[in-house]
Amino acid sequence: MLETIWFLLWGLIWAIYFTLDGFDFGLGTLLPFVARTDKEKRVVYNSMGPFWDGNEVWLITAGGVTFAAFPTTYAVMFSTLYTPLLLILFTLIIRAVSLEFRNKIASQSWKSFWDACLFIGSFCPALLFGVAFANIFQGIPFDSNFIFQGNLLTLLNPYGLVGGILFVALFLVHGALWLAIKSDGALHRRAKAAAAGLWIFLLVMAVIFLIYSWFATTLYKNYLANPVLFVLPLITVVALLLTRFFIAGESFWKAWFASGATILTAVLFGVVGLFPNLFPSSIDPALSLTAFNSSSSQLTLTIMLGVVIVMVPIVIAYQTWAYYLFRGKVDEVMLASKESY
Amino acid sequence: MDPIFLSRLQFAATTLFHFLFVPLTLGLAIIVAMMETRYVRTGNPEYKRMTKFWGHLFLINFVVGVVTGITLEFQFGTNWSRYSKYVGDIFGSILAIEATVAFFMESTFLAVWYFGWNKLSPKMHAACIWIVAISSNVSAYWIIAANAWMQNPVGYEIRNGRAELNDFIAVVTQPYAITNYLHTIFSGFIIGGFFVMGISAYHLLRKNEVSFFTKSFRMALVFSLIFSVGEIYMGDLNGKEMSRLQPEKTAAAEALWETQKGVGFSMLVIPDERNERNYVEMFTIPKFLSFLTKGDWDAEVKGLKSWPLEDRPPVTLVFASFRIMVGLGFLFVLLTVIGWFKRNKLESSPLYLRIMLYSIPLPYIAALLGWIVTEVGRQPWIVYHVLRTNQAASPIEGSQVAVSLAAFIIVYTLLGFVAFFLMARHAKNGPEPV
Repeated sequence: MLETIWFLLWGLIWAIYFTLDGFDFGLGTLLPFVARTDKEKRVVYNSMGPFWDGNEVWLITAGGVTFAAFPTTYAVMFSTLYTPLLLILFTLIIRAVSLEFRNKIASQSWKSFWDACLFIGSFCPALLFGVAFANIFQGIPFDSNFIFQGNLLTLLNPYGLVGGILFVALFLVHGALWLAIKSDGALHRRAKAAAAGLWIFLLVMAVIFLIYSWFATTLYKNYLANPVLFVLPLITVVALLLTRFFIAGESFWKAWFASGATILTAVLFGVVGLFPNLFPSSIDPALSLTAFNSSSSQLTLTIMLGVVIVMVPIVIAYQTWAYYLFRGKVDEVMLASKESY
Repeated sequence: MDPIFLSRLQFAATTLFHFLFVPLTLGLAIIVAMMETRYVRTGNPEYKRMTKFWGHLFLINFVVGVVTGITLEFQFGTNWSRYSKYVGDIFGSILAIEATVAFFMESTFLAVWYFGWNKLSPKMHAACIWIVAISSNVSAYWIIAANAWMQNPVGYEIRNGRAELNDFIAVVTQPYAITNYLHTIFSGFIIGGFFVMGISAYHLLRKNEVSFFTKSFRMALVFSLIFSVGEIYMGDLNGKEMSRLQPEKTAAAEALWETQKGVGFSMLVIPDERNERNYVEMFTIPKFLSFLTKGDWDAEVKGLKSWPLEDRPPVTLVFASFRIMVGLGFLFVLLTVIGWFKRNKLESSPLYLRIMLYSIPLPYIAALLGWIVTEVGRQPWIVYHVLRTNQAASPIEGSQVAVSLAAFIIVYTLLGFVAFFLMARHAKNGPEPV
């Protein structure tokens, strides 16, 4: 029972991470395409300024709870995915320092350098996270000694790449909507057009992914066994359609929440389909790590459950407050302040 | 290529680099919070300028600390998967608690503080930086508790082929965690204090913003004086815990080969590891080492030869690191005491100011050496007397680790240079003109 609760919490924390940091990744990827002047670029940077760091802590927490609740999965997942994971970490480092360093020196080449870094540091982790999760959905080739039988290219298989591109598409729409909320004038119009255009791309990718998953994975097995679970992907589809509806009505906050719900439920769709597997082996399903054969002791799971039940709502409360505090557009006052990116 | 050796090298390099940034966060957050509190209390705009100037340096430092911390958390899985599997039940849960209880708060409120000057009342704004200061020091507790468990595992039993938790309270409240914690955060406070004093000295030497930097210097001086003295006490306490719980480490730190009673402390020692003796032992204070480690002049102290060769930590590195760290600890007391007597005539003490400017790196060095003593002194164990380091690594190719190690060295070197350059530039430019 505890293992099942933890499995769902594990999926939920990863899903929250992708929902929150997703728009940061989208913004960084969009930067070279929507922002033309230095001022417009600074609007993009400052639109995520007060949030990106708090969002990234969800990744630390997601890694932490994987370690705490399912140490064997943590150990095998992270060591078999060694190269992609370190690539993600390096590019995340690059992203963080781009945000922090860009506006520290008023030189054009300095700024252009960090703009390129922000793009790399946003696009690469978005793509690689998608590739990693899609590969987990279809199984990872690791043997009975937990040794990975392959290399980075093994993971860049067609289904993995579809997952990666889907993640990028989800985050691009999410980021474009955030920019539409936070900006004015020409930048706002471009953000809106980007959201509308990329939404079609997202729809196509989502359809491909759902069909491809039927053939490449066993994700639908749990859904066919319990058809009531189809409510979850149904919510994803409704949220995705609502996103477009709200874009048309220029209700960008609502559209942003709808695209957030799309990401959240899309990740949960995969996680529920995976259950009880956390890290399936494609060499021999019997080797797969599950919520039951890789979990911590009952005592640890109980203590950690207490910690999470108390702390996570508190975290969500003060993060919501921070979002509310900085809900306004990135304006001249913010850009003129020394305390901005 | 040996993946274990490379993984050790990678972990050492990435942790030491991470720890160039973390302790300044611990100390400087409190100093900045004190400055802003004075601003709120007195309404004197100079304190607001101080808050912003030092806060800016804090922020550049903070971001590098954050990004280099994430790679550490993930490296337990990538490079030390056998360790993670064996002790994750305990170690993993403490790391997860750190993120949920402390690090979320630190990151969220720091952003609110930095961007929120116009959005919050002065009191609320000052409260934010206090929350950052407190949560960063709470965060440190969990990390040190996790490390203390590796030094002195408690509250567990070996079950199902791994270490499983059986007493959570014992793990998070063991005395070794508490002494290690205070010892560590005090070192961070000293780093923060010396950082502020050193940069202030730079400007005072140039008669630049004299009132601003005199105030900054004095605040940091009082802070550093208290914690430099406190650190001697904490270091002593922690050293006694170390000799009780990890006698091999104490023997290595003191280069003591033979088990003896009433052991003297030699001021000058040069260890000869190969021949299990010391080349030189000079200026010996009789029985002092027994007193230092056990609080009893005649106590027996175990020598390295009490353990088989394969159970001993490397001696020379641990010994040298320990000696230099302790020496620096006393130097910090000396420098801050001198500062106390010169506090009202700083401007007319150029020599002292110059010394303080060049002393900025010293507390950093002391802190890194302290970690070398702690971690290298625990070898050959990754979890003391439970799991050996050479049984803990991931089953991965050495070439993979070699590539990532090279990438870490390149990225971190660049990152270090840029961060140093930006901080030095901001520090030299001084505060914004009024």
